[in-house]
Amino acid sequence: MSTANQSWAKRNRMTITPLLFLLPGILFFVAYVVFPIFQSFNISLYEWDGLGEATYIGAGNYQELLTDRNFEISLWNNVKWLVLYLLAIPAGLLIALLLNQTVPGIRLYKSLFFFPFVISQVVVGLVFSWFYLPRVGLLNALLTSLGLESINVLGDPTLATYGIIAAGLWPQTAYCMILYLTGLNAVDPEQVEAGRLDGAKGVKMLWYVILPQLRPATFIAFVVTIIGALRSFDLISIMTNGGPFGSTRVLSFYMFEKALSEYGFRMGYGSAIAVVLFFIMLFFIAYFLWSMYRDEREARR
Amino acid sequence: MFPKPIQKQSRAAQITYQSLLPLALIMWLLPLLAVGLFSVRPLSDFTNGNYWGMPSSFEFFNNYGRVFFESDMPRYLWNSVLITVPTVVGAVALSCMTGFALGIYRFKGNLLIFFMFIAGNFVPFQILMVPVRDLTVSAGLYDTKLGLILFHVAFQTGFCTLFMRNFIRALPFELIEAARVEGVAEWRIFWYIVLPLMRPAIAALSVLVFTFIWNDYFWAIVLTQGPDAQPVTAGITSFNSQFVAQYHLMSAGSIVAALPPVAMFFMMQRHFIAGLTLGAVK
Repeated sequence: MSTANQSWAKRNRMTITPLLFLLPGILFFVAYVVFPIFQSFNISLYEWDGLGEATYIGAGNYQELLTDRNFEISLWNNVKWLVLYLLAIPAGLLIALLLNQTVPGIRLYKSLFFFPFVISQVVVGLVFSWFYLPRVGLLNALLTSLGLESINVLGDPTLATYGIIAAGLWPQTAYCMILYLTGLNAVDPEQVEAGRLDGAKGVKMLWYVILPQLRPATFIAFVVTIIGALRSFDLISIMTNGGPFGSTRVLSFYMFEKALSEYGFRMGYGSAIAVVLFFIMLFFIAYFLWSMYRDEREARR
Repeated sequence: MFPKPIQKQSRAAQITYQSLLPLALIMWLLPLLAVGLFSVRPLSDFTNGNYWGMPSSFEFFNNYGRVFFESDMPRYLWNSVLITVPTVVGAVALSCMTGFALGIYRFKGNLLIFFMFIAGNFVPFQILMVPVRDLTVSAGLYDTKLGLILFHVAFQTGFCTLFMRNFIRALPFELIEAARVEGVAEWRIFWYIVLPLMRPAIAALSVLVFTFIWNDYFWAIVLTQGPDAQPVTAGITSFNSQFVAQYHLMSAGSIVAALPPVAMFFMMQRHFIAGLTLGAVK
């Protein structure tokens, strides 16, 4: 019996070994990531305070979303985040081009330009909320010294979201910069020379010769920026806590507020908001996976 | 090389470039420099309205000393260490294994499992929040470091698997085939051949995951509550309510909270950047 077992194991070892190696990772990932996604779908169909009995209400939560003014504001703010956050990509490219030289000390410059990305978003949020302070902040000190009127960025419902996005762009631009700097390292010098001989320079060279070669960097910059924009939570929580008058909420923040804060424990309603956010993200995830799948097919050995 | 090397341009252009660099850097880091300046000021500067002039005295040791000796900051910092380090070890260990399995073996569903890891890694945290919190509460791990660690390990495994699998794919496959011909057992191939070659990937992922986890805020406030388990990102808010409007102490506190990943980055820069570019941009 044991020899039969052994030979079965031996015969199938090329299937069994990878499964054994995958098992712990998959178990963890399914329990904490994959399964909860479906649970959230389910919870979004209930009215539930997280403790007592859950009541099935079908699409009730989603119907409520349709008429929820705060949901609308959050969704609209998410759009602003998505669009404006993409500015990090050209800004990162610009700084990368500026720093792609070999002068003494340039390595240190590159690291110092990059390091806002390493700081936690909580601290970035604090740093910028002090920067914006009406009386004490550096921004207003600069404005008044230029003879301009001081502004209360985070206290003004029309400005606050833009102020937070600007804070978010700071580390995100640094991230895109480093992606492009590594990309520029790999640019083929012969193609650049050939371009020069053909009379291409400046913007033309950038557009026709350099950018096509930077496509992998642009792709990753795009992926991380979209995800970063839709995940924005820390900055909002630290800088305005959704205010003033709820004007800076985004879906991820509004969901948290509904499900877990003093506004009440509405797990079902919160989950419904999360499901909407998930579907927005799914649109992008599908595109990312499709591009990766294409590359994978090409790289098959 | 693009743009054109500055050495090939006029002397004037070179001088302009070299003198504009530090200026640009100062502009770029201005909000941070402001906080740095705040953190060495005495309280009296703020009451006298001296925000941007020279500090009337240099209170570096005083201010940072108070952060360490008169608040819960050291506890929060230590919690962060106790959460971050096990997470790094756990996620890297798990993903070495998953990456090996997905990178070396061909079997049905390989790509499907790989894409499950990638896709899961992109989802918004909020869709996991209610169930994960529930799971943690019912396992009796709410407001414990272990509860946070387990979730972080699981979630980071997605990203780490992506990285490890691509790294292993790029290793010379002949080595493994040669070992198989010699009759070396599969787990020995993993342990003695592949793992030593993965050292750069392990280093890159370790610094990267360290930074991600140290800087995590969302899960810290969802899964923990008080100074017993909360990491420094969450603790800084209670620190700030302890020292409301004392900007010199709040500034010093945030600098202390931000420092460990920054130090990690400057020490392990090369690995860090290799990790960030997912190894895809060489």
